[in-house]
Amino acid sequence: MKVQSAMFYFPEEVIEHIFSFLTHHPDRNTVSTVCKAWYKIERLSRCEVFVGNCYAIRPDRAAARFPGLRSLTLKGKPHFADFDLVPPDWGGLAGPWIEAMARSCPNLEELRMKRMVVSDESLELLVHAFPNFKALVLVSCEGFSTDGLAAVARSCKSLRELDLQENEIEDRGPRWLNSFPDMCTSLVSLNFACLKGEVNLKSLERLVCRSPNLKCLRLNRAVPVETLAKIMNQCPNLEDLGTGSLLADQFSEAYVSLISALQKCKKLRSLSGFWDASPLCLLAVYPICANLTGLNLSYAPTVQGQDFINLIQHCVKLLRLWVLDSVGDKGLAVVASACKELQELRVFPSDLFAAGPATVTEEGLVAISTGCPKLNSLLYFCHSMTNSALITVSKNCPNFTRFRLCILEPRKPDPATNEPLDEGFGAVVKTCKNLRRFSISGLLTDQVFYYIGKYAKALEMLSIAFAGDTDQGMTYVLNGCKNLRKLEIRDCPFGDGALLADVTKYETMRSLWMSSCDISLRGCKALATKMPSLNVEIINEWEAEMEENLNNGVAEVISNNNNKHINNGNDERKVEKLYVYRTVGGPRTDAPDFVWTL
Amino acid sequence: MEGQTQARYDAEVDNLKDTELRLGLPGSDEEPKKAPKKRGLEDSSVKVPAETGPTAKAQVVGWPPVRSYRKNSIQMVKKGGDQNNEKGGMFVKVSMDGAPYLRKVDLNMYKGYRELREGLDVMFKCFPATKDEFAVAYEDKDGDLMLVGDVPWQMFITSCKKLRIMKGNEAIGLSSSP
Repeated sequence: MKVQSAMFYFPEEVIEHIFSFLTHHPDRNTVSTVCKAWYKIERLSRCEVFVGNCYAIRPDRAAARFPGLRSLTLKGKPHFADFDLVPPDWGGLAGPWIEAMARSCPNLEELRMKRMVVSDESLELLVHAFPNFKALVLVSCEGFSTDGLAAVARSCKSLRELDLQENEIEDRGPRWLNSFPDMCTSLVSLNFACLKGEVNLKSLERLVCRSPNLKCLRLNRAVPVETLAKIMNQCPNLEDLGTGSLLADQFSEAYVSLISALQKCKKLRSLSGFWDASPLCLLAVYPICANLTGLNLSYAPTVQGQDFINLIQHCVKLLRLWVLDSVGDKGLAVVASACKELQELRVFPSDLFAAGPATVTEEGLVAISTGCPKLNSLLYFCHSMTNSALITVSKNCPNFTRFRLCILEPRKPDPATNEPLDEGFGAVVKTCKNLRRFSISGLLTDQVFYYIGKYAKALEMLSIAFAGDTDQGMTYVLNGCKNLRKLEIRDCPFGDGALLADVTKYETMRSLWMSSCDISLRGCKALATKMPSLNVEIINEWEAEMEENLNNGVAEVISNNNNKHINNGNDERKVEKLYVYRTVGGPRTDAPDFVWTL
Repeated sequence: MEGQTQARYDAEVDNLKDTELRLGLPGSDEEPKKAPKKRGLEDSSVKVPAETGPTAKAQVVGWPPVRSYRKNSIQMVKKGGDQNNEKGGMFVKVSMDGAPYLRKVDLNMYKGYRELREGLDVMFKCFPATKDEFAVAYEDKDGDLMLVGDVPWQMFITSCKKLRIMKGNEAIGLSSSP
């Protein structure tokens, strides 16, 4: 077939047009590697760029390659930073990226960032450098305050989307909402649910009144029912609502008003918030439950028991449900009988102490799997799990793409048999051929990794904690999981043997994280020497401790020179935290003292 | 239902005792050690304190894997208006003699001494155990090395600056409390 040569007779515009049908960024990455001509056409026409690790490439280089960039997605800190395993000031700074884009990509309209550190100054720069800026999405970020939000509100002439999810935002007062200019009428999506402080309610009402296109609005806990009712009356076209505080008096005007407002919102498909929800306010929500596709009750510990059951039994079209484990196995059984279309379930712990009363167990999960065969995404925190339950669940739901199970007590065996949970998790990987993301817990030996390596061929991300017996466990995974992109391990007995078993593998992955394992400085140095295309970074907070604990037998007074640390000490020292990632950007130039690049 | 849960917890406690390296406070009972079922790093030197009731499960930094934002929300609900966790918890360093690196624990995550001991237990499992006894000591505000367990828990967490898990020969002096 002469297709390939035929392509050369097409003018560039035609090839570019063909490329415009490729929206999936891995596909675009692939076509750009075919030949120089295609590389050039692709890069000049690329509108959306996804950078999964902000240190995989220098910002300047990315900006120079894609001058027509309109949408940029960036991820910074390793995933385990969410759980306080990465020290503050580690990095993931948004500033250099925003500056680079400001220099080379004036058409930037959308910026999405996850686990990055963003300063107020960067936000100022963002809104001044890009005249067409429309959408800012920040997930699990930090480093900015409500002043930065005010800058965004004030200066964006056509802001469409401001979406703040679970960020740590310094509260400098409610005035930021006033900063939206009167002529700003373009808002489609506004989410400030994670803001801890007060908001100016009048400003909020006025803003909503002049935003006829508003489809998604997520309020924070400071917004009372009265304001919610007023807002709802203004936007009958709302599709996604995050309530504020749902505490109201039965005879209050606010409550009556809320009921009538909700009933007008025929397009409402997704609900969240529910802070302090009283059973009464839940009653107001029943009439719209039948059309809901998404429901997030994971910040609403007051919604449990019969209240939860009364609510959920109406939600027959639900696709996505996030709840707390206080709904219990009983609550999950009702979900299983009512929500036949359910695709995603997340059950979060309501009590971080595993010693609390058992609230959800394997029974709840089995019930869900029996009643909801379309389930493909699961996050489940529980006190215990059995092999037989996991085997049943995987038989009932072979379509899992994401399966994350967290048994609250590390290394806990199957309580019915006292055995490890190898067979249970093994059943999941055997039956779920499309499994892309997997997190395992409980008592696990090398056997579970044998299964993962053998069966989990589509697996892209694996999270392991307190598991395994020997280096062989990690080796099974590295050898077997062909599509593995991210591997994160904590508190497992994997050592240098495992780390060095297949060093070229790491070039095919985005990153590897290992903390509190059995690897040594020698092993990490060996990896760095063999693979110059990787950044092999060690996070060491024990230098200062060494001075205080000279009886540990580790030598030397410490200076501030990193090289002295690395080369004067004993290479047999165990490494506390290792982060390895492929990069074309070379070693980090912004690494703090406690991050050593080998 | 209650009875079953209780029995289940008791069974779990027995299993834990069989297989885990414990850190015992001085003066606690000794039991004959049984062969560990798990990976071979653990060795002998099991001191099992007498356990009654549901075993408090271990707390470790970054476990369970719940985002800080969500953790803070849970704790805000639990404690009502009184959140001393806004600052991120009461993290203190924990050193163990002979271990290559230190750890940190959030004292706020524990309800009492028993949970703390369990947490340290889990945390230091990774290191090769020796046959020596262990004692847990802490450094208080005045810089003095004190034995953990003498004062009420709340008083302890406000005065504890650092934890130190001490090896047998050094621990003996501390162990022989009246």
